[in-house]
Amino acid sequence: MSGIPHDHYEPKSGFEKWLHVRLPVVGLLYDTIMIPTPKNLNWMWIWGIILTFCLALQIITGVILVMHYTPHVDMAFASVEHIMRNVNGGYMIRYLHANGASLFFVAVYLHIFRGLYYGSYKAPREVTWIIGMLIFVLMMGTAFMGYVLPWGQMSFWGATVITGLFGAIPFVGEAIQTWLLGGPAVDNATLNRFLSLHYLLPFVIAALVMVHIWAFHTTGNNNPTGVEVRRTSKEEAERDTLPFWPYFVMKDLFALGLVMVIFFAIVGYMPNYLGHPDNYIEANPLKTPAHIVPEWYFLPFYAILRAFTADVWVVQLTSFITGGIVDAKFFGVIAMFGAIVVMALAPWLDTSSVRSGRYRPMFKWWFALLVVDFIVLMWVGAMPAEGIYPYISLIGSAYWFAYFLIILPLLGVIEKPLPQPATIEDDFNAHYGSAKSGATPVANPAE
Amino acid sequence: MFKKIALIAATTLSLSGGAALAAGAEGHIEDFAFSFEGPFGKYDTNQLQRGLQVYTEVCAACHGLKYVPLRTLADPGGPEIPENQVRAFAAQFDIYDPALDDYRPRTPKDHFPESGLENAPDLSLMAKSRAGFHGPYGLGINQLVKGMGGAEYIASILTGYTGNDKEEFGTVFYENTAFPGGWIAMPQPLWGDDVVYEDGHSTELEHVAEDVSAFLMWAAEPKLNQRKQAGFTAVFFLTVLTVLLYLTNKRIWAPVKARAKGKPAE
Repeated sequence: MSGIPHDHYEPKSGFEKWLHVRLPVVGLLYDTIMIPTPKNLNWMWIWGIILTFCLALQIITGVILVMHYTPHVDMAFASVEHIMRNVNGGYMIRYLHANGASLFFVAVYLHIFRGLYYGSYKAPREVTWIIGMLIFVLMMGTAFMGYVLPWGQMSFWGATVITGLFGAIPFVGEAIQTWLLGGPAVDNATLNRFLSLHYLLPFVIAALVMVHIWAFHTTGNNNPTGVEVRRTSKEEAERDTLPFWPYFVMKDLFALGLVMVIFFAIVGYMPNYLGHPDNYIEANPLKTPAHIVPEWYFLPFYAILRAFTADVWVVQLTSFITGGIVDAKFFGVIAMFGAIVVMALAPWLDTSSVRSGRYRPMFKWWFALLVVDFIVLMWVGAMPAEGIYPYISLIGSAYWFAYFLIILPLLGVIEKPLPQPATIEDDFNAHYGSAKSGATPVANPAE
Repeated sequence: MFKKIALIAATTLSLSGGAALAAGAEGHIEDFAFSFEGPFGKYDTNQLQRGLQVYTEVCAACHGLKYVPLRTLADPGGPEIPENQVRAFAAQFDIYDPALDDYRPRTPKDHFPESGLENAPDLSLMAKSRAGFHGPYGLGINQLVKGMGGAEYIASILTGYTGNDKEEFGTVFYENTAFPGGWIAMPQPLWGDDVVYEDGHSTELEHVAEDVSAFLMWAAEPKLNQRKQAGFTAVFFLTVLTVLLYLTNKRIWAPVKARAKGKPAE
C-alpha cells in the first residue's frame, strides 16, 4: 500500500494461497499492520491509537445505552435515571460514555496540534488532513447531539442556542432551523432525529477513519523531523523505518495503558467533574438557566462565536457593506465555522518549504502562542459575556484567524529555517547517542 | 441577543471588570466533611438511615424523590434497611394504580412519592444538580480539590438561615447565606432537635442537616460505593498492565536503540 519499499505478504499454506487469489484480505491486513513507520516518532504520535480506541469505546457503550434509553421528551430523562439506578452496571456504562466523549476530544485536539506543529498537513498529506478535519466536524456534531439526549436543562437550552445559529442565516435561516428541529422549537421530533443521527454518524466517522488511515498509509507517516523516508531502495528505507508491528503497536499500547489509568480514575472518582450540574435537572422549556454553557470541548469555538458583537468595527463594516444582510449574529456564526475552515486550509496557507516546526525558529513562537490562545479561548468561552471577557474573546479570536491567514503565509517568506537532518536515521542516531552516519546538526533532538 | 450582550459588556466594564462574579451573589458554601469524600470515601450506613428519617419526617412533607425506587433502600452501599422494614416503609405511602382504578399502598417496586407542593423541587438529583464549589476564575480548581459540593450546598442551605424575612409581591422570602442571591422561598425547615434518633446521635441543627444531605447524596448517586470500588479495581489492574507494557516496549526497542548507539545488537 505504501510508497515505501518493503516486504509484502506472501501466502504460504494452501488455504492462504487459495484465499489470496479470491480475496487478498490477509495481505491487506499484513501490509497495514507491517507498514514501515519512521523510527523517530515521538510520544505525540500516540493519539491516533487513543482516538481509534475512543471511537470503539463510544460505539460499544453507546449501543448498550440505546438498549435502555427512551427517546421521548416525557421519558428520556427518567430513562437515563433508570440506566443509572436499575440497569446492571448501567451507571458505569453511562459514565464511560459521557467521559469517553471528553477523552475523545482531549485526544483529537492533541492530535490536531501535533499535526499543526510538525507540518503533517503539508504536501503530500493534504488529503489526510482534510479528511481529519471532516472527522473532527462530524465528531462535534455527534457530541452535540449526544449531549441533547439525556434531556436535561443544558441539553435542551444548548440545543436551542446552537440550532438557533442556523436561524441567523439570512433569508433561509428560519426555514433551515425549522427543518433541522422538525418543528418551531426543540421538541420530541428534535430528540428523535438527534438520537437517529447520533447513532448514525459514528459509523460514518468509522468509515472516514479508514480512509484517513488509507491516505496516510499511501503517503507514509510524517515524523518529528518532517524529513521523508528514503525510498530509493528497500535497504535505505529499512534504515529509516521499523515495521508498525511490534515496535509501534507496543509503544502505542503502553501509552494507551497510561491514558486508561487516568481515564478510569476520572470515571471512578469524579465522573461528573467535566459535566454541568444543570443537566441533572430535567429539561424545562419555560425556565432558562442563568448561564448556558456548552461542554468544555466546544468552548474555544463558542468563544469565537460570541466574540464578534455588534460593537466590533469589522462586524459593523461587514454589516454596512452587505447592506445589513450579515448582522452580528450571522457574523459570529461565520466566524465560528470559519475558524475550522481556515484550519482545514492550512496546507495551502502555509508557504514554508520546511515541514517540521522543530527547524522553524520563528514559527515555534507563533505556534506556542496559538496553543495558549486556544486554552485562553476555552477558558473565556465558559465565562459570562460581560466585563473584560468579551475583549479577551475578541483578541483570542483575532489571533486564531491571524495565525492561519497572515502569520502562516508570511512566515514561509521571512523566516530562515534551521538546517534539517539529512535522514530520519541521522535524527534517530543523534537522539540515542552516537551519530554513526554523517553527523548532521540537529536543532532539538530531544523533543 | 448580541445587542444585549454588548450593552451588558459596556455597562459592567464601566463599573469594574468581574464585578458580576463577586462572591456575594454566589452564596457562602461551608465545606462540610462527609464520609463519602475522596477516592476511598464511602457512605456511612448509619448516617444514611438517620438522613432517611429526617427526610421522611421533615422534607417529605413538601418534597419528593420520584426517581428513587423504594427497594433501593435495602441495596448494599445505601441505607441498607432490612427488606421487611422497606416493605412496611413503602406501605405507608399510597399510589394511584391505573390497573385497579384505585389507590393502593406502595410496594418496594414503586418509587418514593413525588413532591406534594408544586413549587417544592424534586430532591432525587438535587445533590448532583447543584455545585457548591466554583472557580477560582472559572478554572474549576476548587471542584477538583473539594469535589462538586452538591451535598455541601444542601447542608449549607439548611444551616444558612439568618432569621430575617421579607415579602415581595405576596411571596415571603427568607434570608439565607448559602442561597444564590441571598433570599430563598423555602422557610427554614430544620431547627435542631427536629427528630429523635434511635442511635442517640446528636440532633443539633448542623448534624441533622449533614445527615439529610448525605442521604440526598445517596439518593442522587446510589452506586457511589460500587463506582469507586470499580474505579479502584480498574486503576489497579490497568497500572499493572501498563507496567508490563512498559517493560515489553522497552525490551522490544532495546536492540534498535543499542544499534543507534553504535553498540552491537544483543
